[in-house]
Amino acid sequence: MGNAKLWGLKKSPWVFHVAAAPCNNCDIEILDILTPRWDVERFGIVLVGSPRHADALLVTGVLNRKNLPRVLEVYRQTPKPCLVIAIGACACHPNIFQPSYNVIGPYDKYIPVDVYIPGCPPKPEAIILGVVKALQRL
Amino acid sequence: MNIVRILFSFIVFPGFIFSAVIGLFLTWIDRKVTARIHWRVGPPWFQPYADFLKLLLKETIIPEGSSKVLFFLGPLLGVVSMSILAVMLFSMNFNPASSYVGDLIVIIYLLALAPIGIIIGGSASKNPLASVGASREMTQYFAYELPFLFALAIVILKAGGNIKFGEIILAQEATGPFLYSLSGVIAAVVILLSTQAKLSFVPFDIPEAEQEIMAGPYIEYSGVALAMYKVTRAMMFFTLPLFLISLVWGGFANWWAILKFLLIIVLIILIKNTNPRLRIDQALKFFWIGIGILSILGLVLAFYGL
Repeated sequence: MGNAKLWGLKKSPWVFHVAAAPCNNCDIEILDILTPRWDVERFGIVLVGSPRHADALLVTGVLNRKNLPRVLEVYRQTPKPCLVIAIGACACHPNIFQPSYNVIGPYDKYIPVDVYIPGCPPKPEAIILGVVKALQRL
Repeated sequence: MNIVRILFSFIVFPGFIFSAVIGLFLTWIDRKVTARIHWRVGPPWFQPYADFLKLLLKETIIPEGSSKVLFFLGPLLGVVSMSILAVMLFSMNFNPASSYVGDLIVIIYLLALAPIGIIIGGSASKNPLASVGASREMTQYFAYELPFLFALAIVILKAGGNIKFGEIILAQEATGPFLYSLSGVIAAVVILLSTQAKLSFVPFDIPEAEQEIMAGPYIEYSGVALAMYKVTRAMMFFTLPLFLISLVWGGFANWWAILKFLLIIVLIILIKNTNPRLRIDQALKFFWIGIGILSILGLVLAFYGL
């Protein structure tokens, strides 16, 4: 039973894109990996429109006071088990935005993050590598 | 003994399990052909089965404030009706004597149950986008059902006024498939386009338009309930082309039917991949004015025996 569950999750991770105040660079790279050139449907990865259908949340952007409740809500709405993949330097650590009054720290203080993919923005190859590593870790 | 056979035919062959397995395989063909048209590689053959297994074993969330009974009744209706439809199609093709008066009308109602399941589920899930999707599904159902019924009337008229499914197939065996006449072609085109709309494939994927209303009626569904919707869609993808073949292309109780079936599947996928999505009012106009007038023309032609 557990094996079947793991196999299904590994072979068809549907991703939901949580854009939490990004500068849009990482989002464009995420859309890039869905294009025919990188074609992640080879691995069963499909972009879905509703967190209810998702197995992996791709979070991008700097976490701040305004969007923390929204991110938590989306995480709560996602059926478990689900992966959280932090894409981009801002999602891994609030780096240059650290001193801002509005920024309240990285995502892993609030939700369990499985993979960090740094880069500003990360290359599509790096994102695919990160997802593969996340699936191997399961 | 008899009850065991009936249960076997409903659950294993050609009912739920058989049509679900074949239907999921057909959704793989759909995704693969789509990928090749996009110049991509596409998913491996086991992809739909992996999706289905994953959804079965995932958590199912019931949204707060939704109607629990209706929320699960919606997905169930489609699966049950499509299993019964598969059993009826197979038994009437391979054994036309098992047909009874008015079974074509029963099939029309069974085909209506799948969209009704989607409407019920979408309305029960307490989400604004789901209700928009449910209302669009309802409008679209009324749109394609009118020309679809006219096309069935053409077929009935050509079969000599018989509403027994078995008699329609026997009539085609006697005089050749209805497709090889002018009104038969019109009936086939109309049924093919309504099939496209019943499957909510691209020119008519208005109810679940991904870019506008996310997944429409399915937006709140997760886990087993979503898997049921997916498998309903897959089974429809299996049964509706068979329905088309048995109505106008001489039944599927021979080996040629596999080629015919694949031809219709690929035609549906090509229509899906080469068209933009219509708006709901455009779809209504297309079905009631364009296709509706065409089907009435076909009815007149069939009346004069063309």
